[in-house]
Amino acid sequence: MPKITFIEHDGTVHTVDAELGASVMETAVRNDIASIVAECGGGCTCATCHVYVDEAWVERVGPPSPDEDAELDAAFDVRANSRLSCQIKVTEALDGLIVRTPSYQGR
Amino acid sequence: MSDAIKTDVLIIGAGPCGLFAVFELGLLDIKAHLVDILDKVGGQCAELYPEKPIYDIPGIPEITGQGLSESLMQQIKPFNPTFHLGEMVTGIENIGDPLYRVTTTAGKTFECKAVIIAAGGGSFQPKRPPIAGIEPYEDKSVHYAVRKMENFRGKNIVIVGGGDSALDWTLNLQPIAKRLTLVHRRDDFRGAPDSVNKMRALVASGAMDLKIGQVTELEGADGQLTAASIKDKDGKIDRVACDAMLPFFGLTMKLGPISDWKLDMDEELIKVDVSTFETNRQGIFAIGDINTYPGKLKLILSGFHEGALCAQRVHHYVYPEKRLVFQYTTSSTSLQKKLGVA
Ligand SMILES: Cc1cc2nc3c(=O)[nH]c(=O)nc-3n(C[C@H](O)[C@H](O)[C@H](O)COP(=O)(O)OP(=O)(O)OC[C@H]3O[C@@H](n4cnc5c(N)ncnc54)[C@H](O)[C@@H]3O)c2cc1C
Ligand code: FES
Repeated sequence: MPKITFIEHDGTVHTVDAELGASVMETAVRNDIASIVAECGGGCTCATCHVYVDEAWVERVGPPSPDEDAELDAAFDVRANSRLSCQIKVTEALDGLIVRTPSYQGR
Repeated sequence: MSDAIKTDVLIIGAGPCGLFAVFELGLLDIKAHLVDILDKVGGQCAELYPEKPIYDIPGIPEITGQGLSESLMQQIKPFNPTFHLGEMVTGIENIGDPLYRVTTTAGKTFECKAVIIAAGGGSFQPKRPPIAGIEPYEDKSVHYAVRKMENFRGKNIVIVGGGDSALDWTLNLQPIAKRLTLVHRRDDFRGAPDSVNKMRALVASGAMDLKIGQVTELEGADGQLTAASIKDKDGKIDRVACDAMLPFFGLTMKLGPISDWKLDMDEELIKVDVSTFETNRQGIFAIGDINTYPGKLKLILSGFHEGALCAQRVHHYVYPEKRLVFQYTTSSTSLQKKLGVA
C-alpha cells in the first residue's frame, strides 16, 4: 500500500496508508485529517480539500486539469503547487507523496 | 414590518428532506411554506453536486443531484408549497401553544403551528477570504453581496473572483463606480463567455482595471477601506486605492442562527425524539442532515423517513381534534384526490 504524508498547517505530521485508486482527499478523510474539509465529497465543486504538493513531488503529481484549476479560484492562498486533493488519484508512483494543508479551507 | 404570513408549517431549508416533507404533510392536508437562503431548491444536491449520480435512493437506481431535486418538485406539485428563496430564517419565537412566529432576513414574518428545521449542514453562506484583519471591514466596506447598487456609486471598488458573481457585478457596477478593479488569481475566467468578453473589452478600452493576483492585505481605519494589496504570482505587491471590496469565493455551509434557538444540540446537530423527530421544544421538529440520534445516518433516504414520521406528529398540532387514519396512496381515494389522480 502506498504511503502518503500529510503535514498540517500547525506542523502535525500524519503518515498513512492509502488505498490504490482512492483520492488523496478520501485518504485524508478516512484518517481523520481535519484540515481537509471536503465539503462536496470529491465533486470538485467546493475547494475545501486544497493542498500544497511538496516541491519534490510536483512533477510526478502533475498540474490540475482546467476544471480543477477553475475550482481553485474558490480556494485561498493558491500557489504554484496548489492542488485539490480530491482530484489526485493514489497510484504506486505516488508512494511516499508529501502534501501540506493550508491554514484555512474557507470554513 | 409587513403582516405575518399564516401557514400550518414553516419548513426551514428546501433541500431534499425539506422538499419531501411537503409531500408527507400534504397527504395529511397540512400546508407548508419553505424558506431557503439559496436562490434555488435542492440544498446540497443542487448546490454541491448537481451533475453527480446518486445510487441509493430506494427504487431509483441512478439519478443526479439536480434530477432528484426536479423529481421532488414534480412530486410535491399537487400540494402547491410556497417558496421564499434567497432569505435566511433568523428567529423563532414561541407565541402560543404551540404557535410560532418565524422571521427572515428579508423582513418576512410567518405564524405557524409547527416549524420543521430541514437545514442540512446549515445555511449556504459566502466564504470569507482569509485576509488577516478583515473582520472590522465586513459590512462596512467589505461586502459579500450587493444589496443596493446605489451604495457603490462614485466609489473605488475592488471585486475579487473569477466566476459569474464576480463578473456580473463587475459589469453592473463599472458604469457607476469611480474606478473598478477586478482581481483574479489567474488570467482565465470560468464565468459565462459573454461576460468575460464584455469585461475584457472594458479593460482594453481603459474603463476598468484587471489585476492578476491575490489580495493579501487591507488598509484603512474604523472599518473604512482605503487600499488593498495584491500579490502577483512572482510575489510582487501592488497597492490599489479603494473604498469598497466585494470578494466572491463561492459558498460554504455554516450553522448560522440555529444555535440561538434554545434547542438541545450535540455539537452542531439538533437532538430529536426518534418516534416524532420533535426537538426539545414542542412543535419544533428537525429532519435530515441537521438532526442527530443514536444510529443516525446522513442519507437522503433517512431524511425522507424522518419527514414521514414527523408529519404524523405535526398533524396533532395542526388538527388537534382530528384522528389520523393510516392510508396507502395506492388504494385510498381520498389521498389520490389530494394528489390529483383520482
Ligand atoms: C458530494 C456529495 C455526495 C452525496 N451523495 C449522497 C448519496 O449518494 N446518497 C445520499 O443519500 N446522500 C448523499 N449525500 C448527502 C445528501 O446530499 C444529504 O444527506 C442531503 O442533502 C441532506 O438533505 P437536507 O434536506 O437535510 O439538507 P441540505 O441538502 O443540506 O439542505 C439544507 C438547506 O437548508 C438551507 N438552510 C439552512 N439553514 C437555513 C436558514 N437558517 N435559513 C434558510 N435556509 C437555511 C441551506 O441553505 C440548504 O439549502 C451527498 C452529499 C454530498 C456533499
Ligand atoms: S472535495 Fe470538494 S473540491 Fe475536493
